[in-house]
Amino acid sequence: MSGTNGSTMRITLKVWRQEGPRTAGGFETHDVTGVSPDMSFLEMLDVVNEGLIHNDKVPITFDHDCREGICGSCGMVINGMAHGPERATATCQLHMRKFNDGDTVIVEPFRAAAFPIIKDLAVDRSPLDRIIEAGGYISVDTGAAQDANSIPIPKPVADGAMDAAACIGCGACVAACPNSAGQLFTSAKLNHLNLLPQGQAERWARTESMVETMESFFGSCTNHGECEAACPKSISIDFIAFMNRDYVKSKRKNRELLSQG
Amino acid sequence: MSTSYGMLDGKVPAGPIDEKWTSHKFNLKLVNPNNKRRFDIIVVGTGLGGAAAAASLGELGYKVKCITFHDSPRRAHSIAAQGGINAAKNYKNDGDSIYRLFYDTVKGGDFRSREGNVYRLAEVSVDIIDQCTAQGVPFAREYGGMLDNRSFGGAQVSRTFYARGQTGQQLLLGAYQALMRQVDAGNVELVTRTEMLDLVVKDGRTAGIVARDLMTGEVTNHSAHAVVLASGGYGNVFFLSTNAMLSNATAAWRAHRRGALFANPCFTQIHPTCIPASDEFQSKLTLMSESLRNDGRIWVPKNPAETRPAHELPEDERDYFLERRYPAFGNLVPRDVASRNAKTQVDEGRGVGPLKNGVYLDFAESIGRLGGSLIGERYGNLFEMYERITDDDPYKTPMRIYPAVHYTMGGLWVDYNLSSNVPGLYVLGEANFSDHGANRLGASALMQGLADGYFVIPYTIGDYLAGLLGQKPLSTDDPAFKAINADVSERNARLLGNKGTKSVDSLHRELGHIMWDKCGMARNEAGLTAAISEIADLKQEFWSQVKVPGGNGVFNRELEKAGRVADFIELGELMCRDALHREESCGGHFREESQTEDGEALRDDDRFAYVAAWEFEGEGAPEKMHREELVFEYVKLTQRSYK
Repeated sequence: MSGTNGSTMRITLKVWRQEGPRTAGGFETHDVTGVSPDMSFLEMLDVVNEGLIHNDKVPITFDHDCREGICGSCGMVINGMAHGPERATATCQLHMRKFNDGDTVIVEPFRAAAFPIIKDLAVDRSPLDRIIEAGGYISVDTGAAQDANSIPIPKPVADGAMDAAACIGCGACVAACPNSAGQLFTSAKLNHLNLLPQGQAERWARTESMVETMESFFGSCTNHGECEAACPKSISIDFIAFMNRDYVKSKRKNRELLSQG
Repeated sequence: MSTSYGMLDGKVPAGPIDEKWTSHKFNLKLVNPNNKRRFDIIVVGTGLGGAAAAASLGELGYKVKCITFHDSPRRAHSIAAQGGINAAKNYKNDGDSIYRLFYDTVKGGDFRSREGNVYRLAEVSVDIIDQCTAQGVPFAREYGGMLDNRSFGGAQVSRTFYARGQTGQQLLLGAYQALMRQVDAGNVELVTRTEMLDLVVKDGRTAGIVARDLMTGEVTNHSAHAVVLASGGYGNVFFLSTNAMLSNATAAWRAHRRGALFANPCFTQIHPTCIPASDEFQSKLTLMSESLRNDGRIWVPKNPAETRPAHELPEDERDYFLERRYPAFGNLVPRDVASRNAKTQVDEGRGVGPLKNGVYLDFAESIGRLGGSLIGERYGNLFEMYERITDDDPYKTPMRIYPAVHYTMGGLWVDYNLSSNVPGLYVLGEANFSDHGANRLGASALMQGLADGYFVIPYTIGDYLAGLLGQKPLSTDDPAFKAINADVSERNARLLGNKGTKSVDSLHRELGHIMWDKCGMARNEAGLTAAISEIADLKQEFWSQVKVPGGNGVFNRELEKAGRVADFIELGELMCRDALHREESCGGHFREESQTEDGEALRDDDRFAYVAAWEFEGEGAPEKMHREELVFEYVKLTQRSYK
């Protein structure tokens, strides 16, 4: 499907426009010509925006920053898929060569009750920060650390923690889920920290607190697996199973720990 | 402020270099634990420096307000750093030491940094690794469970710690999590989607900041005993750079306009291995780890009119220009040397690719010698990233690379305490100028951000605050706040009301062209003089022709961008003035007039062994230069040679 050098594409873009959180939105259609197959999806939107500005219209608002697929700022639903058709790819790393000349492309914001729309394609994902705030850390004040090599960590454990820690917090997992569940995001952070020896002291308190904070914002997981398919970092849904196991255990463990005190 | 500061004093403590920081920490005034909650501190930015500072100051018990223009502190551009973080742990038993890291950093910075600061950086580097590991940063490990290290950027020891190709991400998430823990504890108030647009100084002291709520457009006043700026670098002056799209200089530049000196603005780092631009719509450039140069050979066709694909070219029609010119180091010459040589090839018409704007980085020989699977193990993720962007497979065709702006060594001037010349204003990380001199070593940016945030500012800020005990922060209703709030609102209204015809991006792109052509990899007097007048014209054009759609009371990305580009234009001019005055070549600053017969950078230590710190003298007036002499007591001044 890759574009040939020098040729350009024509795309019919149907994009969601919504002025603010409390106004009604709707689709707006743009005939986009001269699209280079080497452009990223966001660069295509940049071109559309330049045209809108030229015609005294308000450009399309979307969140973005690093454009290298690591900051997690960007994210939109493209042709019904969070981050678009290419697997393991954030919107900013999706290139127009993945589309065909003449395609109609439908662009919507991430939709979830926990992610209210701010404007056009930008949504408020701050509930993800609330989950981290509820325990997604290891409590060690600056200066209190021992030598880094004093706790050997088996390579498979360190690698497993890294697999989970690769999450970029974009929220595509929530957007892809029919229930708008936050399980993949939450379980990724829990597995990163709960796997490591440094994370054991707070393991059960962390698990209970993060899971329950998650449930106060997001829907329930019914094992559709859409989250893993949409994840730009291919975070595995196995982590959700580990989280569920730890959550059940945490109910007993936390009470045991209390009784020791 | 038009005070004359005279010769600047970096306030490096006396004594042997390895005792300075220890004795200084003892001599700094302390704030009693019970009194810390009486002090308000604003931290601007949540990258490695800002998040680490906000978390650590919160842990100490200060009342911290942490401001970011992102939706979450985890988005800051520190997250994109790939390679690693240096630390003088000597876990490899290969002769590394604090002194060696200090020595390498001063030398790598081409003798334009302050010895005292650099030594401290090397000293606390070991604590950073301990701290981050304790936080759960999943650094790469060996099978025995110990931390793994690699050699990076031509260093002769293995001192770089890494977490796959996502070291910046993991370190930032560690700092972010520490910060969120303090938010949960109520010690830090987190203010997101809010951008600092000005600094408030009253009676010679920092009183707070004025910021805009990016969601509602409301311009708000924030008062504090001290302000810590950790707002990153200014590489986006060049429009195209490897910086994130929103990275900007506004917080630092506004502080500069209120009196903070801007040091060595012309010191910018150009990274040799980026993916060349594919078309005029390119929004940013993507960096690829320079570790690729370990196994890739850089070449161009000898014939500028060559049209055959790379693999069809016989050996004798290729010019491996780095191997030819630098037989000892070959493809591993330092970043600035590799970059300039690539530019020469492209300028002379031998560039490759559809736009003839790159040089080949060829793995065919390594794949033949080591096998594709070993090369894949080493660089698989980079090859995949390259293919995703360019649609070319580096296993089959050589990569095309070209240098791009990557990091800015210059920044707001700070003393040993990381205090700017405006009392109560501290500057951390890439936003300050302090540790990298004229050139930064690979894997040292992460080290500096975290050193400043975790291990320097928590000590030094107390020394200033202790003297303010019993004083309340300035009321946000004070006329000083009101005046600056009105300035900010008026500027936004002016931008929105301008009935121009040019988009912000198009004007930004024009600035980028001027800067890249005349204040980029190689600079000369004629070019810089021309650039200064072109930028003056561009500034006029900006304010008469810019078109900013939308309103103020809503999320308006164009308005945000317009303010940032207006500041980039002013900073660009200062960069050119600084580059013009520095008639020597050093590190990332190459003046064509100052080179050896072989075309190598030639420093002039007799005339330029100083920090140039510029003072804003009012709209339209030339800035005034202050100097801080650099004294080298430990590392002997020598000319770099990579022949």
